[in-house]
Amino acid sequence: MRGVSIAGVGLTQVSEHWERSLAELFVEAAVKAVDDAGVEDLEAIYISNSGAPYIQRQLNLGAMMADGLGEAGVPAITIEAGAAGGAVAFQEGVKAVASGLYDRVLVGGVEKVSDATPEEIAVFLSMPEDQEYTAYTGITNFGLNALIYRYYMERFGVRQEDIAMLAVRCHEHAEGCPHAMYPFKLSLERILSSPMEADPIHVLECSGIGDGAAAVIIQPSKGVSGEVEVAGYSTTTDLTHITERPDILTFEAVRRASDKALRMAGISRGDVDVVELHDETTITGIISLEDMGFAEKGKGATLFTGEKLAEERRLHVNTFGGLKARGNPVGATGLYQIVEIVMQLKGEAGRCQVDKPEIGLAQSIGGLASTCAITILRRH
Amino acid sequence: MSLSVPRYWREIRYRYRLIGERCTRCGGLYYPRRAICPRCGSRELEEYQLSDRGRIVSWTVIRNPPKDYERFAPYVVALVELEDGVKILSQIVDVEPEEVKAGMRVEATFRKIREDGTSGIIEYGYKFRPPIESKQDLS
Repeated sequence: MRGVSIAGVGLTQVSEHWERSLAELFVEAAVKAVDDAGVEDLEAIYISNSGAPYIQRQLNLGAMMADGLGEAGVPAITIEAGAAGGAVAFQEGVKAVASGLYDRVLVGGVEKVSDATPEEIAVFLSMPEDQEYTAYTGITNFGLNALIYRYYMERFGVRQEDIAMLAVRCHEHAEGCPHAMYPFKLSLERILSSPMEADPIHVLECSGIGDGAAAVIIQPSKGVSGEVEVAGYSTTTDLTHITERPDILTFEAVRRASDKALRMAGISRGDVDVVELHDETTITGIISLEDMGFAEKGKGATLFTGEKLAEERRLHVNTFGGLKARGNPVGATGLYQIVEIVMQLKGEAGRCQVDKPEIGLAQSIGGLASTCAITILRRH
Repeated sequence: MSLSVPRYWREIRYRYRLIGERCTRCGGLYYPRRAICPRCGSRELEEYQLSDRGRIVSWTVIRNPPKDYERFAPYVVALVELEDGVKILSQIVDVEPEEVKAGMRVEATFRKIREDGTSGIIEYGYKFRPPIESKQDLS
């Protein structure tokens, strides 16, 4: 298998893009990535999207998006894995280049939720769960997060004020990020006095669901200095019903995927400088950090409660605001994370830049972590 | 999206009567039903009648409901551990959200789940509620 690098990236702001269609969003991000890479003649396109079949009644996005990009004729494949879809599509594109099949592949994620009503968005967000026995009860994705949130506080004796600090930090990081949906600070008090979404989760502890598109161009590694290489990756799954998991506070898919990806990259956790985390809600982010091994079980929140703790550990988390503040355009979210890691590693993160990172890790989950995709990038 | 009659119909037996599956090899209990035991890989599973009583492990209150559930909001959904150890997700009814507690005893009851507009099908199924103690006297 050949080494694979990222040749170019592009994204749109995460927002409510009332005036723009699914295809327009995709094309904006894809054209930016193509221009950034300076490539012509794409050989294949991989697309991640979750909501179009339900929200836009649109299937066959592969052909639709390739055509929109002026690339009708190339193989184009749509991949869906809930909010992990962007990362899963990326990994499939990487495999195609690594195998020698293609030399220039575009992977793009696109989502447009603002065409739906709030009730329809709640249906959409619960679609990665089993419809017959989970969504059927009327529970939402945020409601499932809430079940583990309450249980987590009870089991570990952790306060909500500590868990919600992840959201505070995300908003601090998003300040000055041009593509963030909510690029401003929010105080802990403000977050914890916002209305309840699903008790005990407040609305402002939930990721910002928005429209957006992100794209990358991947190619065989050239071995030149400064190039961003794909060092390791893995997608794994878990039991889909949380009722059947031996421990509802452990995301087995996150544990497995991070172990495998780190092994493939030949690095240890301590080598990671930047993590883009799947904080669908604050508690999902905290448990994910624990199950990736960056914190002990029950101690994830301590990474955010001390003023300098994160710096001391050299671990930078959600440097553009994460799902919370950059926003969560579901099927595109995994690609935003990958684009952001590339920006950090290339020193192109603007006001969000952290000090000379060399290795970044993106973690995406679909459903309540029934799918987890981990991608590790390294600056050559 | 309109509710589908066959999709509702094929689950009636399992939802109305809380029927799951038991692995005949390792004894694993599952709800909803499965074709293959995820623990031991056996394909020999048989129908199993779940206990209709249990305790609340964790719960939430849904404030922003999905389409077709608006009329019930706000409503409680809980992770319930049944007396036989099987866990199930269910709405908790006949109790104010503020009164729900971890460890609270609940029993299954038969309720309306959702309806498809004013002329479509009406789905029924299980919800759980605090036990009606007098039930034992009547039986």
